[in-house]
Amino acid sequence: MSGGVQFPVRVAEIEAVSPAVKRLRLERHDGPSLPPYSAGSHTVLTLEARTLEGGTRRIRNAYSLLGTTLGGGPAYEIAVLRSPQSRGGSVFIHDQLAIGATLSMSAPVNLFPLHRTARRHVLVAGGIGITPIAAMARELAAAGQPFELHYAMRDEASGAFAAELAALYGPAMRLYVSQRQERIAVRDILAHQPVGTHLYVCGPERMIDGILGDARIAGWPDSALHAERFLAPEGGEPFAVKLARSGIATLVGEHQTLLEAIEAAGVDAPYLCRGGACGQCETPIVSADGTLLHADHFLTDDQKACGKTIMTCVSRLRGRELVLDL
Amino acid sequence: MTLSFHAETFRDDYTFANSPAAIRAFPFPFDRDAYMYTVNIEQHVPGPVQSATEFPIHIDEHYVAEMRDRAITLAEDPLRCQSLPHMMTAEWDLLELLMTSMATHYPAHFTLSRDGDRWHWINRPMDVDQTFTFGDVSTLPQGPMEYVTRQCQGDFCLLDQREDNLWMDAGMVTSQADWSLDFDLGMNFMEWHAPVPLAHDLGVFERALKFLLNLQHGCPVRRLNWTMTINPRLDTSPENYHRWGIDKASVTPENVGDKVHLRVELQALWRLPRSNAIVFSIRGYLIKMDELVTQKKWARRFHRVLASLPQPIADYKGLGRFRDTTVAWLSRHDDGLPTSPGFAPD
Repeated sequence: MSGGVQFPVRVAEIEAVSPAVKRLRLERHDGPSLPPYSAGSHTVLTLEARTLEGGTRRIRNAYSLLGTTLGGGPAYEIAVLRSPQSRGGSVFIHDQLAIGATLSMSAPVNLFPLHRTARRHVLVAGGIGITPIAAMARELAAAGQPFELHYAMRDEASGAFAAELAALYGPAMRLYVSQRQERIAVRDILAHQPVGTHLYVCGPERMIDGILGDARIAGWPDSALHAERFLAPEGGEPFAVKLARSGIATLVGEHQTLLEAIEAAGVDAPYLCRGGACGQCETPIVSADGTLLHADHFLTDDQKACGKTIMTCVSRLRGRELVLDL
Repeated sequence: MTLSFHAETFRDDYTFANSPAAIRAFPFPFDRDAYMYTVNIEQHVPGPVQSATEFPIHIDEHYVAEMRDRAITLAEDPLRCQSLPHMMTAEWDLLELLMTSMATHYPAHFTLSRDGDRWHWINRPMDVDQTFTFGDVSTLPQGPMEYVTRQCQGDFCLLDQREDNLWMDAGMVTSQADWSLDFDLGMNFMEWHAPVPLAHDLGVFERALKFLLNLQHGCPVRRLNWTMTINPRLDTSPENYHRWGIDKASVTPENVGDKVHLRVELQALWRLPRSNAIVFSIRGYLIKMDELVTQKKWARRFHRVLASLPQPIADYKGLGRFRDTTVAWLSRHDDGLPTSPGFAPD
């Protein structure tokens, strides 16, 4: 069963928490309440976006669940950054989605969990990366676990939830505004942590790489470093895909992922995170006329070089045709 | 469903027996005439009415007697129930899973009322009436895992997920097939499976682990495992091997039907919501050979499975002392006719 349990939800609240970020409250409307979840969990929303031609296009995007609804109940909350370069999901949510609209939302999945044997937690967020990080702070505060929170943003106005986090966590929280030339000094932060501390970072790809790089130089083991490596799958050149087992041939458009094209062709292909992290959509390749562009964090470099499988949610082909064993 | 519970024992005089209905509901683990390790995991969805998989948590006629036997084992050896400090959230998750499932599917026997964090639990067969605050350990007589698993059939392990592995960091294990929670506590998935023969070379554990790391809340899975036990004894633990190991030498052609039992574990795995841990439940079923052969298909098939079982698997399962005697006894119930596909009796 691809995607697992789905909940039908209705948009109950939309609030602009910064000029580019909206908080959405999504209420289940078929009766039972939504289950609790652990901090760091995400959900996959299925959106039916209107196209310029007047049709609809199905988009599935993963969003971290906010800490406000950790206990489950009538609704879950997410925060969405308007990202014009994306495949249209966030722009649709910002510009078209209205209160009362109905959507399908997957059960929570956690690919960025807290390490429960850690003695202390250092949480680092950049921009919209604050969503899972703030949920972690909330869960740790409720459990009385020691943590500190470092939150970097471009300017004061763009920092979603900054004021309420500062009010909640006071001295355990520090803000960094890049417009004021404030930078997270990872080496200084890590130099004073006790043994058994774990580091979590979510933010732009470059920031993650920088922070993890500094931590490794400081001698931290990989087992104590955690990053939310969600990639916004970027588009690319169109290519043909043939599904050998089902005998279906279709085209992957420039703003479409391979997985979306397979789904549009009516095939119920496996997936879970839709972000190249979980490995669920790993699909065997029969042949590839072109170069594989692996964009996932699941396959090893050796496996990518072998070219025997592809993660359909984020990876694609630069070339003519890809034949999959599907 | 209203059950009538047996007064029976799993030690000393061994009065345990299955009713004809329980024999029909027995989760016979072989769907063909030979056995080899596989990743035999399937969705834990409702099975046929009055089968072991009709409900997610199966309570049957042996419930009260099994819980009494668990209490005896725990009184002698409290280390059969252990939990590391970081597993408390998972313990509450487990309590919620078991109580809600038992109350939903066996309302004649169990009732759960929830008013926010104020919970009221009634267990009629065990004469329990408990009000407590969900999340507040001080309101229960034991920790949440111990409390609820003293009232639920089956062994339970709580697996923490970290570093792309699963860690056995808590459990209630009193009816195990010769493994020890006290020994395995804190081990990861590869470590506690290390003694299993053949399966490592088949890549079974790598694939199973990868699969389980992606287990989703709301989509539990299950598999069947099996071994054989002499006498209907639940506590076949390494700690008490000196009490039951010698029984293997007591099997004779005359007593196979009464003494030799097929022991099947219905193992299920659930993702837990608050803790992101996994609960691994091991629900054991015993059936003596006299009861098994009342189902002709099972008699034929089990004879063939046992006769052709690869030696390393027979050794690992500890069948050496009584396998040949049992195969000879079963051969009288195998007329050589073909068996029908599937697990169910004809």
